Amino acid sequence: MGCGVTKSTQLQLKPCNRGNISVPAATAMRAALLIQRWYRQYVARLEMRRRCTWNIFQSIEYSGQQDHIKLYNFFGYLMDHFSSANSQRNLVSHMFGDSDLFLDMEWERHVCYKEIEVPDIYTGPHLFFPLTISNVTELVDAFKNKQKLHARYVLQLLGKTWTLLRLMPNISHVCTCKHKEITICGDLHGHLEDLLLIFYKNGFPSAETPYVFNGDFVDRGKESIEILLVLFAFLLLYPHDVHLNRGNHEDHIVNLRYGFTKEVLGKYQVHGKMILKLLQKIFSWLPLATVIDQKVLILHGGISDKTDLNVIAKLERHRFVSALRPLKRRGASARQKDAALEPDGDDELSAGRRRVQSLTHGTPLRFRPEFPRHSVHSESGRTGRSVEQELRERRRLAGLSLSSDSDPAQVLETDADEWKQIVDVLWSDPMSQNGCVPNEVRGGGCYWGPDVSQEVLDRHKLQMLIRSHECKQEGYEFCHNGRVLTIFSASNYYDVGSNRGAYIRLGPDLIPHFKQFQSSRSTRELTLRQSVGRTELSALQALRMQLFTHKSALIHEFQEYDPQCTGVISVKHWAAAVEKVLRLGLPWRVLRSQLVTSSTQDGQGTLDYHHWVNQLSVIQPSTEIANTSLLETLYKHHSNLESIFRMIDTDHSGLISFEEFRQTWKLLSSHLQMDISDKAISDLAESIDFNKDGSIDINEFMEAFRLVEHSRAETEAPPSPE
Amino acid sequence: MADKYNAETIITETQKRISNAFDVFDHESNKTVDVREIGTIIRSLGCFPSEADLHEIIAELEEEEPTGFVRYEKFLPTMTKILLERKFRPITEDLLLQAFEVLDQQKKGHLEPEELSKYLTQEGEPFTQEEMDEMLSAAVDPDKNVILYKDFVSMMTFDDTR
Repeated sequence: MGCGVTKSTQLQLKPCNRGNISVPAATAMRAALLIQRWYRQYVARLEMRRRCTWNIFQSIEYSGQQDHIKLYNFFGYLMDHFSSANSQRNLVSHMFGDSDLFLDMEWERHVCYKEIEVPDIYTGPHLFFPLTISNVTELVDAFKNKQKLHARYVLQLLGKTWTLLRLMPNISHVCTCKHKEITICGDLHGHLEDLLLIFYKNGFPSAETPYVFNGDFVDRGKESIEILLVLFAFLLLYPHDVHLNRGNHEDHIVNLRYGFTKEVLGKYQVHGKMILKLLQKIFSWLPLATVIDQKVLILHGGISDKTDLNVIAKLERHRFVSALRPLKRRGASARQKDAALEPDGDDELSAGRRRVQSLTHGTPLRFRPEFPRHSVHSESGRTGRSVEQELRERRRLAGLSLSSDSDPAQVLETDADEWKQIVDVLWSDPMSQNGCVPNEVRGGGCYWGPDVSQEVLDRHKLQMLIRSHECKQEGYEFCHNGRVLTIFSASNYYDVGSNRGAYIRLGPDLIPHFKQFQSSRSTRELTLRQSVGRTELSALQALRMQLFTHKSALIHEFQEYDPQCTGVISVKHWAAAVEKVLRLGLPWRVLRSQLVTSSTQDGQGTLDYHHWVNQLSVIQPSTEIANTSLLETLYKHHSNLESIFRMIDTDHSGLISFEEFRQTWKLLSSHLQMDISDKAISDLAESIDFNKDGSIDINEFMEAFRLVEHSRAETEAPPSPE
Repeated sequence: MADKYNAETIITETQKRISNAFDVFDHESNKTVDVREIGTIIRSLGCFPSEADLHEIIAELEEEEPTGFVRYEKFLPTMTKILLERKFRPITEDLLLQAFEVLDQQKKGHLEPEELSKYLTQEGEPFTQEEMDEMLSAAVDPDKNVILYKDFVSMMTFDDTR
């Protein structure tokens, strides 16, 4: 180190005018190098943790979506097995809204928003039609201030939106007209803050600032209805400059599971069900795709090797209400004719015919032999039925019917093709390998490869596909040699700090420009370390819940490795067992120390598995549910149960009767081929009927399954001292 | 004999660690990672290479015709060697503290954000503005608007014990 003072020629230290002392160059360089080297290592370790956390969330999210397959299979099962003689028929038709009498035209007359009075004490925003820009701006401000729009205005707005959407084609064609830039947004999932941030950075929609919103406006986030109202308001204001594409979450059955239905019923207790009914129609009328300058295709999920925009342009999109509700046959008369069929000795066809017969002859419920067991990853390696397989079944059935329709087999064949076109568009994901395979993870759509992108895009003379549907850490991601672009606009999707959102600006040159963002003040104030730490905790908690759900299966697997019943197994076996049960593809050995306390860790690399399992978490039932294995089963299927309960509860009162509860449970358990006695169900139902009035409050029932954090988590030190 | 067993166990354990770290970034599950993630992987395994060190390693790992990807079969032996030879050793808390002290020639006990920025974005292997901003967000004491480097160093290295 040199001594003495040198004139600071190189370093201009600004506010620090304490003389000209500076550090000798060589020393400064060495010190800087050291600090840089250290800091980059630190950041890399954080990045590693963040990536791991991300992987956890993704694998849980996609494994959760396998529940969709179960639900879909269940509905198919119900459709095939209910019989008129059986009282269960009422339940099922109840669920599928056969009692839904409203035809479209009648519906318009029934949506009497006019009879809904807006009281004087209402302080929220007022809407006046036709809407003006200042009115819509007021609406946005009101939502910013957490106000709620009165149900009357909601219904009015929705009614007008529905009218407008019915005039729109399946595929919107948009032009940059040589000077405009179009803004494209991806999934919003109820994150109003993100939408407001986009409007703040990019401007409100207008003739000069056209927008495309690429689906998944609702579910998961808590302000889904507000997002819809804002988007619809702008749509009404600028119908040529705002384009909405349908996403897979614009689907009332998906909404039952992922929170939108709950949100609406919670915010609109009197008119919620009407709002939901109207939205069901609106969703089915949302356009399916947008094409810019005939070169850039924008749709929510993706494509398959069978994707044909000409077919999509011509179909009747509103008939496809939900991906999870099998398409009703066009002619009800077809069913009656089916009954006339004689039983046939032909084995191949007999299964189908048997099913057909039971519809009218009141035969007892039969198990569908080909139905997969409840787990998608069954031992035999068979995966759950994809939508395609279901459709093939129905087509096969169709071949048997003798209705007087022109050619029912053909009609249903067309239906099946159109169905597939739509489901592919809404649910598919890209993959890196060539080819096109059914998307078993999601339970619908395909995984499509770069060769398919090339073929489909070239066939339609398109340059590029912009899609959403998958969360990306940076908010966007290219694949398939730059021909496919994923755009995702819900920041902090998994948890605070998990990812950025992004949107695209596309000009006449059709080169995408990205803007990224991350909403929530608290995110911006968090350091990298804090945000990683938080997300990590969240992911670990989610993982613990997954493990807890599979408690019995886990113990069973552990015991396989412990024939002598010592209660202890090696860490290696523990990891293998966990992966076998959960199939999340996660590095269990690495995660183990973070999942439970060190008290279960033995120095020699073994572990007391009973103790470990007990450490995970505890269900806090608010009532005595003595049958713990039943409880576990309930918990495992609670998401599906909740969806089904909400469907049964058609008057959206939040209550279902004992009888409905019992019937549902019976159906589900026979479908899942579980053995649960009537008595067990009845006892359960009674114990959940907290106020003993013969009906069960769905919310209270679900509350029983809120996991209570084991005290261990509270004693854990927080990740950062800040 | 016992020694040999231990040596083998060490190698196996080391390779397991390498494999786990690699898998995190193997998005397609085809035993390749993007070459740009190599630095992160190596560092996450406890090494402290400089950028120059990384460039050398990557040059070794890349294919003759660079594909932008690194294959596991090449990565494993290289990384095993690095770990077993303990190359790129950790920077201790003391050493780090000394580096800050050196920059604080006036022995103020703290550094101004502008001072530190100047050094780290102009000297050595300069930080990008983003890296600098990120470090400052954690390092600068919000009340005094200076970097109390002694506290900063102990806080950051506390994390190492996790």
